[in-house]
Amino acid sequence: MKILVCISKTPDTTSKIAFVNGNTKFDEAGVQWIINPYDEWYALVRAIELKEKDASIVLHLVTVGGADCDPIIRKALALGGDEAIRVNADNADSFYIASQIAEIAKQGGYDLVLTGKETIDYNGSAIGAMVAELLDAPYISLATKFDLAGNTATVAREIEGGEEIAEVQLPLVVSCQKGVAEQRIPNMRGIMAARTKPLKVAEPAAVDALTSIVSYELPPPKAGVKLVSPDNVAELVRLLHEEAKAI
Amino acid sequence: MVLVFIDQTEGHIKKSSFEVLTYGAKLAAQLGTTAEGLLLGTVNDELPALGKYGIKKVHQVSSDTLNHLDAQVFAKVIAEAVTSTGADTVVFSHNQTGKAVAPRVAARLKAGIVTGASALPDTANGFVVRKTVFSGKAFANVKIDSPIKIISLNPNSYHTAAGEGTAEVVALNIAVDAPKVKITAVNKVSGEVPLTEADIVVSGGRGLKGPENWNILLDLAKELHAATACSRPVADAHWRPHHEHVGQTGIQIAPNLYIAIGISGAIQHLAGVNRSKTIVVINKDPESPFFKAADYGIVGDAFEVVPKLTEEIRKMRAGG
Ligand SMILES: Cc1cc2nc3c(=O)[nH]c(=O)nc-3n(C[C@H](O)[C@H](O)[C@H](O)COP(=O)(O)OP(=O)(O)OC[C@H]3O[C@@H](n4cnc5c(N)ncnc54)[C@H](O)[C@@H]3O)c2cc1C
Repeated sequence: MKILVCISKTPDTTSKIAFVNGNTKFDEAGVQWIINPYDEWYALVRAIELKEKDASIVLHLVTVGGADCDPIIRKALALGGDEAIRVNADNADSFYIASQIAEIAKQGGYDLVLTGKETIDYNGSAIGAMVAELLDAPYISLATKFDLAGNTATVAREIEGGEEIAEVQLPLVVSCQKGVAEQRIPNMRGIMAARTKPLKVAEPAAVDALTSIVSYELPPPKAGVKLVSPDNVAELVRLLHEEAKAI
Repeated sequence: MVLVFIDQTEGHIKKSSFEVLTYGAKLAAQLGTTAEGLLLGTVNDELPALGKYGIKKVHQVSSDTLNHLDAQVFAKVIAEAVTSTGADTVVFSHNQTGKAVAPRVAARLKAGIVTGASALPDTANGFVVRKTVFSGKAFANVKIDSPIKIISLNPNSYHTAAGEGTAEVVALNIAVDAPKVKITAVNKVSGEVPLTEADIVVSGGRGLKGPENWNILLDLAKELHAATACSRPVADAHWRPHHEHVGQTGIQIAPNLYIAIGISGAIQHLAGVNRSKTIVVINKDPESPFFKAADYGIVGDAFEVVPKLTEEIRKMRAGG
């Protein structure tokens, strides 16, 4: 059994969001980089749990990006996994990235590909679905539970107002969110071990991106809060009814 | 032609589909073309009535297999429908189904996609779509360079507008593969308003001190027919179920009204709710960062303010 977990580098959740070069580039000054939380807490930790139950599982990580991603992928390896592959390319667009991951997945013959449900910077929610399509494999998105018995996966996914449980045979691609696993903190042994785990660099396949970012914008600032006295709650109800037309 | 994917469940068309139909029709007018709908499976709703959102035709692939989502099966059918109808623009809702299917269709057709769109594209110079990025903290304008263009629209970001008109229903004959995903159970939280569909959301944080205090919030939610949500520490402590956790690492929502009670407004929490139209904050700390993101606020003790608020809303409703 071979599992591939997709890892993305994202700015820390508290990063100040600003843009440079005439609003065409994210301002990276002073930004701390982390593993995209959905990739780390849910997809990666669940894969590690599966490997802990069945030591014969081979667990590889993949990322698409420049050498600046190496510290992030080492951090991921400190949590677990046997080796990592970095496709040495810029993040052109979702289709480009998915095509690179699908290429690695095809070459490596993985039975299961796990991703986070989205990255917290681009909020694409697209890579898992595209990889599945390029592999012609079934896809379950927004998983909240994931179990494996032999070649059969049992997955719960979010639907409007609840969840749907399904059984699927591998090979399979799944995007993970809260519920699939619990966040872990890497320990010293993991961090030491990660230093010597293989981090292979692969050259990208020739693929054309289909979209490009023209510019960024910040939302207009809020007009400012209207405070109502706790002794005059009726006034809040009036404002919500008459002014905001929200109730 | 702009083809709009009509999402349905349990025999009914979803509310988010009316938004995308309205959006698709507007986009078609802007491009000087027509909009048509695509429905997979069978529903009890009147399909010609969908014409009131501005679409001319509804293409239907009425196989019972398509009443349940298998993203692989759906993507193949939709891609074929795009090809056979000659559509060059396809619109989905960026809801649970859209997230599973739209990028698959895009990869299959080698079509550029913008997910999480928040406005109509700018078609003056090419085709540029605005989308939310950085969890609602910014927007990106993304240009699609391929001949076929796919957009998935953030739920609650485009107002449904109905006018006059009937749509012609056309049966599409497309072979449907056997699904590989076998659905074994559906667990719906019954009697509650689904969080991602809700117009109003009432949400609680650690300021409520413990799960035993949630009735004041539940009473308010009931009075407003609102869904309930919570901050991450509340779900982590199991005061409330995980599916209520909103924020950067939980569910992202964009209701008309979000009422935050005893929540400090940490940046990760705001990332999940900042697309709400109106935000009300009830917090006893005047320095709480949430007030900066709020439209209305009360600095006060939730245990006093919330029951009063419920009572005042009840009075207003009773008064007409
Ligand atoms: C990577 C990362 C991801 C995260 N993702 C999320 C996420 O998705 N969602 C999320 O919510 N958090 C998330 N967090 C956690 C976030 O940083 C905050 O810790 C969390 O949102 C705080 O929850 P809270 O507001 O309920 O609690 P607190 O911060 O403890 O705030 C409680 C508030 O209640 C007020 N209060 C107390 N008593 C009363 C009273 N009687 N009446 C009225 N008000 C009262 C206090 O003034 C205070 O403002 C994340 C953190 C990290 C690091």
